[in-house]
Amino acid sequence: MSPTDATAAATPEDIRAARQKLDAHAYETVQWHFHPSSGCPFWLEKSKELKFDPLKEVKTYDDLKKFPEFQDEWLRGGPVRRWVPQGLAKKPVYVFETGGTTGIPKSRISIDDFRTDYELFSDTLPEQYFPRGANWLMLGPSGPRRLRLAVEHLAQHRGGICFCVDLDPRWVIKLIKKGWMEHLEAYKQHVIDQAISVLGAGHDIRCMFTTPKLLESLATALEARGSSIKESGITGIFSGGTEFTPQWTRFACEELLDGVYMTPTYGNTLMGLACSRPVRAEDGYKITYYAPQPRAVIEVVEFDNYHQSVGYGQTGRVKLTTLTKEFFVPGFLERDEGEREQPYAKYPWDGISGVRPFHELAEATTVGVY
Amino acid sequence: MLEIPVLRWGKPYESLEKEDVLHFLTGEPLAKVHQANAGLVQRDMRQAQRARDVLRDIPCDELIGRIRKAADLYLSGTLPVGTGMQSPDEFARMQSATTGLPVHMAKANMTKNHFVLSHMDQVLDALTRGLDLSILTSGYGVEQRGVVVSYQAQSPVLGLVLPSNSPGVHTLWLPVIPMQIGLVLKPGPQEPWTPYRMTAAFTEAGIPREAISIYPGGADVGAAVLSSAERCMIFGGAPTVERYKGNPRVQVHGPGFSKILLGDDVVDRWEEYIDLMADSVYLNSGRGCINCSAVWASRHTKEIAQALAEKIGPVEVKPPDDPQAALAAFTIPGSAAAIWKSIEAGFKESGVTHMTEKYGPRLVELERAAYLRPTVVHCASPEPALAKAEYMFPFVSVVECPQDKMLQSIGPTLVCTGITDDPKLQRALTDATHIDRLNIGAIPTIKLDWLQPHEGNIVEFLFRARAFQVPADRLATLAS
Repeated sequence: MSPTDATAAATPEDIRAARQKLDAHAYETVQWHFHPSSGCPFWLEKSKELKFDPLKEVKTYDDLKKFPEFQDEWLRGGPVRRWVPQGLAKKPVYVFETGGTTGIPKSRISIDDFRTDYELFSDTLPEQYFPRGANWLMLGPSGPRRLRLAVEHLAQHRGGICFCVDLDPRWVIKLIKKGWMEHLEAYKQHVIDQAISVLGAGHDIRCMFTTPKLLESLATALEARGSSIKESGITGIFSGGTEFTPQWTRFACEELLDGVYMTPTYGNTLMGLACSRPVRAEDGYKITYYAPQPRAVIEVVEFDNYHQSVGYGQTGRVKLTTLTKEFFVPGFLERDEGEREQPYAKYPWDGISGVRPFHELAEATTVGVY
Repeated sequence: MLEIPVLRWGKPYESLEKEDVLHFLTGEPLAKVHQANAGLVQRDMRQAQRARDVLRDIPCDELIGRIRKAADLYLSGTLPVGTGMQSPDEFARMQSATTGLPVHMAKANMTKNHFVLSHMDQVLDALTRGLDLSILTSGYGVEQRGVVVSYQAQSPVLGLVLPSNSPGVHTLWLPVIPMQIGLVLKPGPQEPWTPYRMTAAFTEAGIPREAISIYPGGADVGAAVLSSAERCMIFGGAPTVERYKGNPRVQVHGPGFSKILLGDDVVDRWEEYIDLMADSVYLNSGRGCINCSAVWASRHTKEIAQALAEKIGPVEVKPPDDPQAALAAFTIPGSAAAIWKSIEAGFKESGVTHMTEKYGPRLVELERAAYLRPTVVHCASPEPALAKAEYMFPFVSVVECPQDKMLQSIGPTLVCTGITDDPKLQRALTDATHIDRLNIGAIPTIKLDWLQPHEGNIVEFLFRARAFQVPADRLATLAS
């Protein structure tokens, strides 16, 4: 994408069309999930408690505000099949868990959503840096998380083969909480050593998924061996999983990547993958994400009124809505906050910048998992 | 408003992340401090050897001369800090405004730092036990008594994770540069002032810029300093001490649990020592690790506690620019209240008496900060938790304990003043390995002797004495 495209504003027509598409999609999704023939047991059961009839009273996206706040506890514990829509009951089902917190994890079922998300994301990757047919390295958490399968599908969708290195974020959290920093360092080293072995094994790996922290460690370790990210053959990196700051992105671009392309992403098991507007030095490395609408929506809402979006440029909490045939989550309050951003030509709907842990929860959250 | 950049081996680096440093009473932003990220530190540490190399090009004696010049610049000069200039008065006012320390205490700390800098030759002579400093440069040499000795630097730089609350600790790293070791400083969030002012004074006095890096930032930056420098110093509470205990790369400075022990031979004359006890508890707002947190005696403890309460209990909170201000503020929201809550819980234990109760409430909460007024507690035995507590304000427990049980009960002690003429007790104190600095006789715990090592000798931490041999015919060359 040229710099001109990257900064082009969305026209009112673009914004209106996107909104109409979202309204129609919201209507269809609710019809699917609340119809006895296609809906999932969870929502069919839940609809009995609701003070409105979703099938009749949800006609637009805004009507989703009629749903009570989505409780993340609903995602903990089984039976997980209550989330499988009747209309998809015969399909093979995956279950993915979120993040690195311990205890009973939050789970969501998935059938094809992760593939769809990453195929849409694939369309945003510049061919120059992510050549078709190139092999990939997935350096991040796998296990019960969707990342490994999703990145592997991305590689396959683009005609490549994906090599994987695992990292268990729950073990990392335990190490941090116990203060076993030497073990943490050793585990990180163990993960990075595997990545360097794979990169040096003649597999022609040119693309990589990794987290910011692992990218930094990999670059440092390669340089200590007299090499670099670039010299290892990588040309494009898609990164995510933990907080991206403009300063870190600048540091990576100026001092670690030597021209290797990196695109930040923001996503999770519930929402899918939000792409960033191209990150440029002239914008102070500002990182703005746009949800994959209409499949998912990010709103930046007031801290004390989750139905009210903040003004553009204002700070608020991240509210996610997932609207796919596989999974319906209206108004899930994420553990993040950020600033609401204007739509632009490529994504004519609201974006979010400055994403960071929600200040009221930040102190209790162990950050830096990956 | 001042903007203070990251310093990467002397080169200013403007970060995209900046943190406001606020006035603790008004909330007014006083400076924007640019924030480093951990990767920056790790990356720069690849050039750490250069810091030592540029310093090693200058003889130690010459460096000491320049440090002496820096002493005066630090104390009296108007020096650059980030985008502005700062006079000594402005420095003290800023330090007070962001740390909560009264202005006159900030100035007293400047005098302390100046003393160490301007007496660096004596300090190093004492800490190295009279070593010819050129041996630190070459790594080996012949002592005056004709013996070959070798001292090997264990790291080209010393990494420091500094606190916000106690500007006095900076004296610990001042001897590092003249020993030709570079500095990697991570300032406390509320106290960027001393590292930057000291660096400005050093630079103006001719210390190479490339020898010092300063990385303000979050906990990840501190962790990066600790993981990437071969020798580090960190300041923190008991959990920090526990985490780094036994790690040879890290010298950890935590709570001092400093104490005064009154021997049975002098305890009947306790009134002679009450001023010494009060000063040890209360001076410098009781914040230092060398401030006394407990007085131990076998009898008269209730009277001692009562007399201490009479002396320091009435002390009131005063504005930070009042020359009579004796208390430093707690600037982190909720911290003073949380401390007071834990002390109040301690009062409920059997044998614990709050002796300063009648002098009014101890917790004084203002809009943006809080104070804790001096608190004296009597413990009828070593058992209650408060007998072994330490807090960052003038807090003291007067603990009743038979003399022959004291040493096994006092726990780890940074400074112990043992007031006794009993040779048996003196010997036991000398032998006690859980006492770090020992004063025998009527010496306040807070009295420092700059010619004595503080909680570990910095020279021994940075240099390893090792075996070194050369053929006899090369000895003369070595000696020259």
